[in-house]
Amino acid sequence: MLEAFNAVLNRDLRLAMRRRGDWVNPLVFFVIVISLFPLGVGPDTELLRQIAPGIIWVASLLATLLASETLFRADFDDGSLEQLVLSSQPLSVLVLAKVLAHWLITGLPLLFLSPLVAVVLQLQGRSIPALMASLLLGTLTLSLVAAIGAALTVGLRKGGVLLALLVLPLFIPVLIFGSSSVLAVEGGFPVQAHLSMLGALFLLSLALAPLAIAASLRIIYE
Amino acid sequence: MFQWFHRLASLKNFYRLAEIITPWLAVLCAILLAVGLYRGLVVAPTDYEQGESYRIIYVHVPSAWMSMFVYMVIAFCSAIYLVWNMKLADIVAQASAPMGAAFTFLALATGSLWGKPMWGTWWEWDARLTSELILLFLYIGYMALRGAFENSAAGAKAAAILALVGVVNIPIIHYSVEWWNTLHQPASITKFDTPSIHISMLIPLLMMALGFKLFYLVNMFSRTRSMILEREASTSWVRNRAQENNL
Amino acid sequence: MSETLLEIDDLSLFRGQRCLFAGLSFSLSAGQVLQLVGDNGSGKTSLLRALCTLLPLETGTLTWRSEPLPQGRDNYLAELCYAGHADAIKLDLTPRENLAFYASLSNVPAHHIDTVIDKVGLAAQRDLPCRLLSAGQRRRVSLSRLLVSKAVLWLLDELLTALDAKGRALVAGLIAEHAAAGGAAIFTTHQPLSLDGVRVDPLDLNAIQVQDDSGVHS
Repeated sequence: MLEAFNAVLNRDLRLAMRRRGDWVNPLVFFVIVISLFPLGVGPDTELLRQIAPGIIWVASLLATLLASETLFRADFDDGSLEQLVLSSQPLSVLVLAKVLAHWLITGLPLLFLSPLVAVVLQLQGRSIPALMASLLLGTLTLSLVAAIGAALTVGLRKGGVLLALLVLPLFIPVLIFGSSSVLAVEGGFPVQAHLSMLGALFLLSLALAPLAIAASLRIIYE
Repeated sequence: MFQWFHRLASLKNFYRLAEIITPWLAVLCAILLAVGLYRGLVVAPTDYEQGESYRIIYVHVPSAWMSMFVYMVIAFCSAIYLVWNMKLADIVAQASAPMGAAFTFLALATGSLWGKPMWGTWWEWDARLTSELILLFLYIGYMALRGAFENSAAGAKAAAILALVGVVNIPIIHYSVEWWNTLHQPASITKFDTPSIHISMLIPLLMMALGFKLFYLVNMFSRTRSMILEREASTSWVRNRAQENNL
Repeated sequence: MSETLLEIDDLSLFRGQRCLFAGLSFSLSAGQVLQLVGDNGSGKTSLLRALCTLLPLETGTLTWRSEPLPQGRDNYLAELCYAGHADAIKLDLTPRENLAFYASLSNVPAHHIDTVIDKVGLAAQRDLPCRLLSAGQRRRVSLSRLLVSKAVLWLLDELLTALDAKGRALVAGLIAEHAAAGGAAIFTTHQPLSLDGVRVDPLDLNAIQVQDDSGVHS
């Protein structure tokens, strides 16, 4: 089981190394979305500082959503998803490997980019650790949840908008606790409660999402 | 017990049962709604804080309750469908979804109407209204996903999985929205959960709630019946029925 | 009498409202090779997909080594290899990497991969990305999965697609060898395939097809 998990993880990481666009594009998207906000609301430093946590989190949501569309697409098109479904290994473990690989490719870089955008949006330096911690837990959860939607819509020709419709409402708790943890630090309040909630959400989605993803992948072939 | 379950699960038997009880439920529903509305809008006393505008709760609160109730029905039916592959459960879920969305929309619209005299704006980011809004998104997603599949069996199963994912998320969304609300406006007053409500106001409210539930059942049954006819169109019992009715 | 591996009893299959066939029963023993015959749309691909559990059975049972599914599902899948229309290989990976992936996915040792690659005639291409291979060569990589997986039951849909004369002979040889070693195979093809020394039993889906609309149901 562990061997199959590693096999999927290694294969997907190797594929990502050979195809740069898959992981570079969501990153660029993230930066562009964030730079749109000052252009939209004006360069007022104080205003930007106030809405920065929300901007960064909404941009992360959208970047994760955008990236998750490709999660199962290539495997579906070339038939290797079928082979994963037909493997005698537990499908939920295999999809967990796929989601982890996908997060390492598209979620983790966001984390490293976040201090940069925090500075650009005038956040205080002491908020950056909280921002990164919340993004770590939050984007993992988002990737797991988005994968459910990606699995449900992978067989559909026009899955993109539908995926957003299915998944964005489910992102709301992560958005709330993610941005509130940064706001807490900005306001000088303790951040533990917010991060604990994000951790709880992550554990819950880690336990349940692989089952839902596996179930969804079985039905799309019917 | 199990035999009863199986007999009900047969689409033909359910069709007959629904055919018999629907008119009775419809009459009862009409009486409850008429009396409830009369007692709520005319007889019940004026609220001393909110004046006459509080009377919108006789529509708002029952539809808000129904919006949650119908989602629970859909989730329950989805679980039955996925576990036992019982087609009736899927049909009930499919028939319920647009009604649940309609109740949610009604709760949102009445909540917003009520907000104008109370808060002075058409839309207040109140925790309950926001939760209803998200619930509406979930309903829309459910219906859109089901409609997007060409293979209706796969679409039904996909929608069922989504309904179960949604039902796990609803309490999380609800509490996170409440947390968000208290965080950003600690002084906000939630007017809808009045801690003590006078009995003369409560009785019509409960009548309206029951009336709404029956309204849902009557409509769900008739929608379910037409969906059963559609799915079973080529079977002999549907053909015989059609001949009996000279169709 | 060799051991019975797969038993199908009273299977019927629907696509949407349309009944493809009903009441199909057959069994497959070790060393037996079955060819599905039938017109386009008679349900050959659907039957293969149902046999590999991708499609749910409307009615009927599937029994593998005397263990009915779904209980025996994992044991069944562990001994099954399905090659569908798609090659199921990653074009950015080399044949070797692709096969190594499938070896660890089916939990079999990877040391014989090079032997398999030699056998299907891709020794010179083993470290080239599959993107650079021709359609026929990709098909060979895809069919190598059968050998790597050590599966007992092969389910092959349109196995000769894109293969040249040499490729077809190669596939015929692989199936004959597999059957001789006690394996079983079910395949469809629109091209003639002759196997040396192995009898191919035809299973004609036209014969059991539901002609009138009495079989249509929800």
